[in-house]
Amino acid sequence: MKPDTILLDHGSGGKVAHRLTTDLLLPVFDNPILNALNDGAVFHLPGGRLAFSTDTYVVDPPFFPGGCIGDLAVNGTVNDLAMCGARPLFLSVGLILEEGLPMADLERIVREMGRAAAAAGVQVVTGDTKVVPRGAADRIFINTSGVGAVPAGVAIDSSRARPGDRIILSGTIADHGITILTQREGLAFQAAIKSDTAPLNAMVAGMLAVETDIHVLRDPTRGGVGTALNEIAEKSAVGIRIHEDRIPVRPEVEGICELLGFDPLYIANEGKLLAFVAPAEAEAVLAAVRRDPYGREARIIGEVTADHPGRVVLETRIGGSRIVGMLTGEQLPRIC
Amino acid sequence: MPVKHIEEYRDREIARRLIAQIHAASRKPIRLMEVCGTHTMSIFRSGLRSLLPETITLVSGPGCPVCVTAQREIDQFVALARREDVILTTFGDLLRVPGSGSSLQQERAAGCDVRVVYSPLDALALAARNRGKKVVFLGVGFETTAPTVAAALLSARAQGVSNFLVFAAHKRTPPAVGALMAAPDLRVDGFLLPGHVCLVTGTRAFQPLVDRYRIPCVVGGFEPLDLLGALTRLVAQIEAGAAVLENAYERAVTASGNAKAQAVMEAVFATVDAEWRGLGAIPESGLKIAEAHRALDAEACFDLSVPDVPEPRGCACGQVLKGLRIPTDCALYQKTCTPMHPVGPCMVSSEGTCAAYYRYHGGEGA
Repeated sequence: MKPDTILLDHGSGGKVAHRLTTDLLLPVFDNPILNALNDGAVFHLPGGRLAFSTDTYVVDPPFFPGGCIGDLAVNGTVNDLAMCGARPLFLSVGLILEEGLPMADLERIVREMGRAAAAAGVQVVTGDTKVVPRGAADRIFINTSGVGAVPAGVAIDSSRARPGDRIILSGTIADHGITILTQREGLAFQAAIKSDTAPLNAMVAGMLAVETDIHVLRDPTRGGVGTALNEIAEKSAVGIRIHEDRIPVRPEVEGICELLGFDPLYIANEGKLLAFVAPAEAEAVLAAVRRDPYGREARIIGEVTADHPGRVVLETRIGGSRIVGMLTGEQLPRIC
Repeated sequence: MPVKHIEEYRDREIARRLIAQIHAASRKPIRLMEVCGTHTMSIFRSGLRSLLPETITLVSGPGCPVCVTAQREIDQFVALARREDVILTTFGDLLRVPGSGSSLQQERAAGCDVRVVYSPLDALALAARNRGKKVVFLGVGFETTAPTVAAALLSARAQGVSNFLVFAAHKRTPPAVGALMAAPDLRVDGFLLPGHVCLVTGTRAFQPLVDRYRIPCVVGGFEPLDLLGALTRLVAQIEAGAAVLENAYERAVTASGNAKAQAVMEAVFATVDAEWRGLGAIPESGLKIAEAHRALDAEACFDLSVPDVPEPRGCACGQVLKGLRIPTDCALYQKTCTPMHPVGPCMVSSEGTCAAYYRYHGGEGA
């Protein structure tokens, strides 16, 4: 009989564990490298430079409007690779399951991972499952690592922002963080907000096709756009000026931020990117971003200056200016 | 839940005209105090200071409820958190406020049951689900939060949820503004009065202060144009030598205020003298649970005696709250006192003057 919850046996390495692999994981992630079931994946890579990234997902709750921990974990590592300019190729998946997790929840999460991997064009080629006793973890944690190939001539780096660069933002901000917050706290907002979790590798490929020399790429996840821009300003030793009226925020997200005293500039995104591009190429790259289904609302939100190096300055709607500092303290734990 | 009618109060063109008007009208150097933490935040977020003439200095008053909560009361909150039979519930910004030896955040990390809620009604619901524990809500805030706490307490009585208790550390705004106006060392030429407080109390709560101390006062809202409108009227009064109470937030505030909110506060709280961190004792400036509701008063139900400990040395929060110094004058600011490791209360809450300076005025890493 198939158990309807996760048991400690599922992590034992024995028969029950084997069945979890063969019945659930292999059919979803189906590919010859994984199906060989060796201790590690063996594969060919194109020549040149590789990008390698890892991230661990502990989001609470594991299911939320717009996605779940499964597609979030795939998209997150795909995006980390894409932000290096890499074409993501292979992923590993590590599952940490709490004893008692409903099997239906795991099946749904794994199916979403499979769907997200297919959508991003990556293969899950190796993995691991552990089960810990009830209380030793909260339902499910997922680690994904990935490798990708970096095309020749791509030199994306947080230290390469130059005065004059235009800053492209691929769409509305704060959707993910605010969605998680409203779910977690059971805030009864009747708003149709959802997480923006999405793969950005196709968007990046489109951008690199029109301009190889993109200076900086970042996905503003934890800490939001404000924190990402501060890190870039510091590493590149340049000033950054952004314009409040050009930064897209959904009205319902802005409303919740107003109500709860959050600044959307510091709220996490899971399907947005910031790109720094030389002024001559900015419009062409912006057009490429907008051709991607996840970049239709992209805007140029600001520019890099030689003034005030290390600082991010926001021009407010009424024409005033203020410094956008680093986020201090934790605004919201366990959002991804 | 689209929030409408916000863009209108952020219109760049109208803002430009009001700013030009202020530049034209302002002659003598003046200091204006906003006594509301939300005003402080809004001024920073809109970059208002960068648009005003040099003649105008904005100083922040004691308008952050977390910041003015006495250290002794924080110590009492910590004592409550340590009780095995208590689930402590609070608004989030109180967590990091340092008492003399600990904070609620430290207590939570050490295993105490401290939970952040967004409304006292959430705490009441928690109490209904946990009848074996006492669920204590920390009532910290001005006239803006006190009515909802009072309403939660009355609901608890009506529903027979006897394990819901309130520690009332509420503060009344008008007596504090009065204490500032009466201070011999006050260097403030006009007050921007708190719109949200006035929404509850009505402007009439502040009228006696203006009559007595003859200092210009204007009630203001929170959007950039609300603020500019109120500042325009303050500058006009001062330049004309007038000293009256004006309402520049007429779309929300009336002379008599919210009668329902006033009634519920009246029913639950008693007015008492209260200790304000940094300002000292101010007569009739506090709200405690009235005798009739003693059974739901955490202070009456638990022994919360804590030792008297002096406030940290070198911290200038008291003078910052009075508008005598700005955060950057303080020797601890940005050195030993940061939002990650606050020494004084003004650095803790996001609405605290020092934290707002740190965040928007070029603190470390900015």
